[in-house]
Amino acid sequence: MVEQTLRYRNDEPVNDPAVTVATFADQSNATAVRIEPGEDARALLPHLDRLALVEVNFPTYGDGRGYSAARILREHGYAGELRAVGDVLIDQLSHMRRCGFDSFAPEQPIAAEAAEKAFATWPDVYQKTVDGRPAIWAKRHPA
Amino acid sequence: MYQYDSYDQSMVDARVAEFRDQVQRRLAGEITEDQFKPLRLKNGLYLQLHAYMLRVAVPYGTLSSRQMRLLGDIADKYDRGYGHFTTRQNIQYNWIKLEDAPDILADLASVEMHAIQTSGNCIRNTTSDQFAGAAADELVDPRPYAELLRQWSTFHPEFDYLPRKFKIAMIGSETDRAAMKLHDIGIQLVKNDAGEIGCKFYVGGGMGRTPMIAPVIGDFVPPLQMISYLEACLRVYNRYGRRDNKYKARIKILVHEIGADEYRRQVEEEFAHILTLGLEPPAAELERIKGFFEQPGFDANASDDLDLSDPDFALWVDQNTHAHKQTGYTIVNISLKPTGGIPGDASADQIRLMADLALEYSFDELRVTHAQNIVLPHVKKSDLYTIWQKLDEAGLANANLDLISDIIACPGLDYCALANARSIPVAQKISERFADLGRQRELGELKLKISGCINACGHHHAGHIGILGVDRKGVENYQLSFGGSEGADTSLGTITGPGFNEDGVVDAVEKATDVYLAQRTEGERFLDTYRRIGMAPFKEAIYAKETANG
Repeated sequence: MVEQTLRYRNDEPVNDPAVTVATFADQSNATAVRIEPGEDARALLPHLDRLALVEVNFPTYGDGRGYSAARILREHGYAGELRAVGDVLIDQLSHMRRCGFDSFAPEQPIAAEAAEKAFATWPDVYQKTVDGRPAIWAKRHPA
Repeated sequence: MYQYDSYDQSMVDARVAEFRDQVQRRLAGEITEDQFKPLRLKNGLYLQLHAYMLRVAVPYGTLSSRQMRLLGDIADKYDRGYGHFTTRQNIQYNWIKLEDAPDILADLASVEMHAIQTSGNCIRNTTSDQFAGAAADELVDPRPYAELLRQWSTFHPEFDYLPRKFKIAMIGSETDRAAMKLHDIGIQLVKNDAGEIGCKFYVGGGMGRTPMIAPVIGDFVPPLQMISYLEACLRVYNRYGRRDNKYKARIKILVHEIGADEYRRQVEEEFAHILTLGLEPPAAELERIKGFFEQPGFDANASDDLDLSDPDFALWVDQNTHAHKQTGYTIVNISLKPTGGIPGDASADQIRLMADLALEYSFDELRVTHAQNIVLPHVKKSDLYTIWQKLDEAGLANANLDLISDIIACPGLDYCALANARSIPVAQKISERFADLGRQRELGELKLKISGCINACGHHHAGHIGILGVDRKGVENYQLSFGGSEGADTSLGTITGPGFNEDGVVDAVEKATDVYLAQRTEGERFLDTYRRIGMAPFKEAIYAKETANG
């Protein structure tokens, strides 16, 4: 069981256990799923409306597939909780947030104040992603 | 050239502050070396054999005199009085103290420079044609597009933990001076029949232990969709590139294993989706950036006349300058390959002198080349003699551009923790063996490249003559190859046969050049003769005498 979850959402946490991607499609009452690095986030796209929690596992911090998985889900309109679990370290939090994660269950606990500091690392961003922050180019050329 | 606005500046300043905090946590023992390693690598700081090495990014190889001067000052202040220009148009310092690294980054930030993403499994510094904006044969100036790419790739949140490092090169001429097809992505700016600009994407090239020439994946991507296309290329790679084996993790292996057609299909599918997201910077942003790269104020009356009565000067002009698009101007190549020297090294004083020359004679601009030399891109021909004299006084006027002693070499076992063999002494011995400039010019264009291990940082696969240092039962051994090339006619070298010791490989190179001289026909370079007559005559000469000598 995860010891700590840093959560940046206002709705009630989902307590359903996350099932695997392979079993999710067959369990019509499941609302939480867990994506492993080799699994295709697009397999979940037909079921986004019944999902309340997606966990994306990072077995090691260096395996960056979960960043793409998160962005793909958000780009297709997933609005539920998107939780990074596993080898989630302070120095990756900022990028994860930019890719759409809004909760974090790190193996090694991270202090909430340290996390806030990490999110504030960059005053601006060069890319438009899914976190709603305007890219620097957008600020340079306001519509 | 490009100048930071307050957004750009605050991004590098934020990075300095972040890294200062990380170094403090490391020095205080709050994080382990294992945890610190990926953080320092994101800032170009490697732990090498003897000390930390700091690699500073030179975006698309372009520097102002103020930046160049600071690079010289850093060499004095924090290193041992010299810096090493690399095959990726960057500069490395080999003797850095960890506790100094944040101050160096702060110094760099004061002249709009950084070491962001110069290592790690992320998008590295984009390289380009060192003659960009100056060459007579240029179709489109690639620098504004490269700057757009620099900003997009900086702190990209999705692509910071790719399967492996990722190198992009960008050119805008038919002549490829950036080894574009040997990069993870090579982008060539082209024009169609209607005169519109497009990006031709080559994806999946690379050197390393499995060298591959990149196939064309995107024929003609509109410039205002370039970033979206890159997102698609990178996303497919991030999701499906191999992570089970670091030696098979580069994008070239993915493209090779699934095939260029299947990779293209996946990219096109992703591209169609990404185009709906509005990720592309607007035309106004590209125009804003282009404003920084307008042609400098050339003297329209400058003359092409040149007094070549000094024979040494005439030789240097013939060998080390390149046609400029503006009448009365030329492109100067400053060789960092003195006889017996370390390829790419320059002293702090030499670096500052080059900065001064750029300020006075080249519209405040310099370029670093992937062949580890420096370029003054916009020199008035009437200033050439003065420049040459000043370079000569500083030991920087070797007239050997593209000749056999203009060697590319990695740092090798003298510095690098990955190396199996030393590269520098081999380069020095070859340079000394062929010290006579007349002899070198007789041999003509001959690109010799040396790597001290299979990772191929010295580009040996792309050398007309390539040398690869390996470790054979604890002894340094050098494999020789012929026939590589990195230009429009990109090809990979073929190994001659059994390897040699350090002196043996120098002898073998000399024997190969003898074969060339004996066999060449009018106008043929070493590479051309090799391609025509094949390996056999070279092999015979190299190995027959070896046996005879016992």
